[in-house]
Amino acid sequence: MANFLDLHAISKRFGGVHALRDVDMSLEAGEVHCLVGENGSGKSTLIKIIAGVQRPEPGGRIVIEGREYAHLDPVQSTARGIQVIYQDLSLFPNLTVAENIAVGRHLGGLHLVKWDAIHETAQAAMARIDVSLDPHAKVEDLSIASRQLVAICRAMAADARLVIMDEPTASLTRHEVDALLRLVADLKKKGICTLFVSHRLDEVLEVAERVTVLRDGAKVGDYSAREMDDKKLAMLMTGKAFAYETGDKDFSRGETILSVKNLTRPGHYADVSLDIHAGEIVGLTGLLGSGRTEFALSLFGMNPPVSGEIRLDGKRLALRTNRQAIDEGIAYVPEDRLTLGLVLEQPISANILITILDKLADGLGLISEATRRSVAQRGVDDLAIKAPNPDNPVKTLSGGNQQRVVLAKWMATKPRLLILDSPTVGVDIAAKDGIYEIVKNLAANGVAVLLISDEIPEVFYHADRVLIMRQGRLSGECRPHASSEAELRDAVNA
Amino acid sequence: MTLAADQRSFMPALRRFRRSHEFWLLVVVIVFCLGLGLATDSFLTLQNLFDLLTSNAFVGILAAGLLVVLVAGGIDISFTATASVAQYVALSLALSYGLGWFAIFAIAGAVGVVCGLINAIFITKLRISSIIVSIATLNIFYGLLIFFSGGKYITSLPKYFRDGVWWFEYDDAAGVPYALNLQILVLAIVFLCTWLLLNRTNVGRQIYAMGGNKDAAQRLGFQVFRLNCLVYGYLGLIAGVASLVQAQLAQSVTPTVLVGKELDVLAAVVLGGASLAGGVGTVLGTILGVALLAILQNGLVLVGVSSYWSQLFVGLIILVAVSITAWSERRRRQSKAIN
Repeated sequence: MANFLDLHAISKRFGGVHALRDVDMSLEAGEVHCLVGENGSGKSTLIKIIAGVQRPEPGGRIVIEGREYAHLDPVQSTARGIQVIYQDLSLFPNLTVAENIAVGRHLGGLHLVKWDAIHETAQAAMARIDVSLDPHAKVEDLSIASRQLVAICRAMAADARLVIMDEPTASLTRHEVDALLRLVADLKKKGICTLFVSHRLDEVLEVAERVTVLRDGAKVGDYSAREMDDKKLAMLMTGKAFAYETGDKDFSRGETILSVKNLTRPGHYADVSLDIHAGEIVGLTGLLGSGRTEFALSLFGMNPPVSGEIRLDGKRLALRTNRQAIDEGIAYVPEDRLTLGLVLEQPISANILITILDKLADGLGLISEATRRSVAQRGVDDLAIKAPNPDNPVKTLSGGNQQRVVLAKWMATKPRLLILDSPTVGVDIAAKDGIYEIVKNLAANGVAVLLISDEIPEVFYHADRVLIMRQGRLSGECRPHASSEAELRDAVNA
Repeated sequence: MTLAADQRSFMPALRRFRRSHEFWLLVVVIVFCLGLGLATDSFLTLQNLFDLLTSNAFVGILAAGLLVVLVAGGIDISFTATASVAQYVALSLALSYGLGWFAIFAIAGAVGVVCGLINAIFITKLRISSIIVSIATLNIFYGLLIFFSGGKYITSLPKYFRDGVWWFEYDDAAGVPYALNLQILVLAIVFLCTWLLLNRTNVGRQIYAMGGNKDAAQRLGFQVFRLNCLVYGYLGLIAGVASLVQAQLAQSVTPTVLVGKELDVLAAVVLGGASLAGGVGTVLGTILGVALLAILQNGLVLVGVSSYWSQLFVGLIILVAVSITAWSERRRRQSKAIN
């Protein structure tokens, strides 16, 4: 088959840093291709070069359907049918679905808006990929998954021949991911190329035909997706092997930290009972809308239950606010908190101490410099945050280390129960590994951990017990060492 | 067939309108009008409504211009200084050279556009936040005007200008004359033009888009600098035109009288539902925002509340209106998050 796109010897330097070194890549017409690599491996730079946003160093060549370019600009790239769907989707939340889809086709100055043409363009684009959304709805009122469809429709309206999707699955649930993957299969039938950029290896392998792996700006190789599995890919991306084993310790005779009995909040969840013991990591999984997050928020005082009881260390809690929950020793790290919960401009130390300022203060409400330093340093050491100085701003850290700062912040409150909601969304393998290690260390120190996740392997390999939630009720329990990943997957999807 | 099809597209539009900020504003304006109509004999009279429209035309015209800037995601508070400069330059030249209607509007408009473009250049090219730029230019424009004019009034305006526009005169039973005057005429034209610009032109939709997501606009190849020039230039143009409307009503040019009104205009536009974050706001909402503040101030006087209180009430109304919108928005998002 003829190639749609060929890249030859593409390099890019930023100052003294080689972001890309002599990368070759080719995309066949109608192919589903994956570009994988850790953060900082050069994936985004490569996409920007294809999109014409950045210029490669002289010497490289970009060939689109036989026509050669030394570099592209965004207009050329779009004209040749290259469309990038960025992770943030780049939609206009205040405009309608139709306007968002047709926006690229109806630019121009003081002409009258042709509403009919806009709606026609939008309908045609939606029809091409068999999507139906209300063209009059505002994009801000749509779910993330629907917004993504709007972004894909916009690419269709621009006559895309190659759709590049940057981390398309990062904020979708399993069900939505499946729908997206079916859509990609449809695009393929229409001869449209898809280039996926993703961390989530299991999904990548389901849909891709070929995989290109980047590491530190250089290409490791092209591989057929059929002969790949996520362990091999992880090895290629990082140069390290990650092998996890299931936990087989039994905590049931240990000290009970959290005990929930018949907790109910109509419409959210019902009759949930569970115990978590000291040092135990309990996984909680289930489809979107199964009530996991609502339940977790109740444990954190933000979505009070109607009946049932919550006990922590035997003491019955009636939590009305998250402040109370924090004071009782419960820490909750929501998925977006891992990036959004930090004040990026502020020092690492200030971010770590922010939740415990009043505990550090002396009688006059002042905090001594020595206390501040020693407590912050302990947080940095305990979580192995790689930072030359705890007073550097958080934004100078890598993504994985920023996440450790978030955990350090919550650990500073000395929690008895740590609730992690999808802690590794959008994180690459090495950073994930770091987070798992931290969580296991915390548990080893006697903290009870509730690990909520969509990703079956995550709960399977990193929890001691996995509870499955369905339609607001606990529908099953799985002990990983006595079960298999496939069995758990079936139980969740049944 | 056609009727059914019409209803299909009409009914959802009506439902959307009923959930909108504008709908609630309209209800409040109607309630206020009815209340004041019952409480006083003088509110719902042709005389009072005519005066209300004429005396609030200046704020209304500026509000239309400012709406465009807010929708684009910017803010500009220098327009009152722009208006003062435009007014002074246009009418000084009119006196010196005997210029007519067309010339004074052209001069005032051109001065306004130049001032607006200065804002646009600093905001886009140097990426300085628009509030800072316009605070600076407000002081610069006004400072230059006071220096060169010495703060002196112009009272002897040309006769044609003092006479203004007086079309389609109508006398009521008591012999009181009404007519389409310059204020109402310009107010209507400016609102119509702004509505056309924002809703019926491609560039208007781009202004909304840019206000909604500036990064996306840049990625899609919008000409952000050109759009900003249009937006700030348009407000400048409007400020120039509004300045003449105000001078005609006041029958004089006073360099110091306009600066200070910019926050009243901003309050009216925000009350009308425009967001300081950009991308949100409608011409209908702005009309209602201006109307509500005008009716409130007028009503308080008619009911006999001391004018010392009027600012307090204006402040309260703004706070209540904005709080209700924020609250209902929050509830809507919460209910959506749980579903």
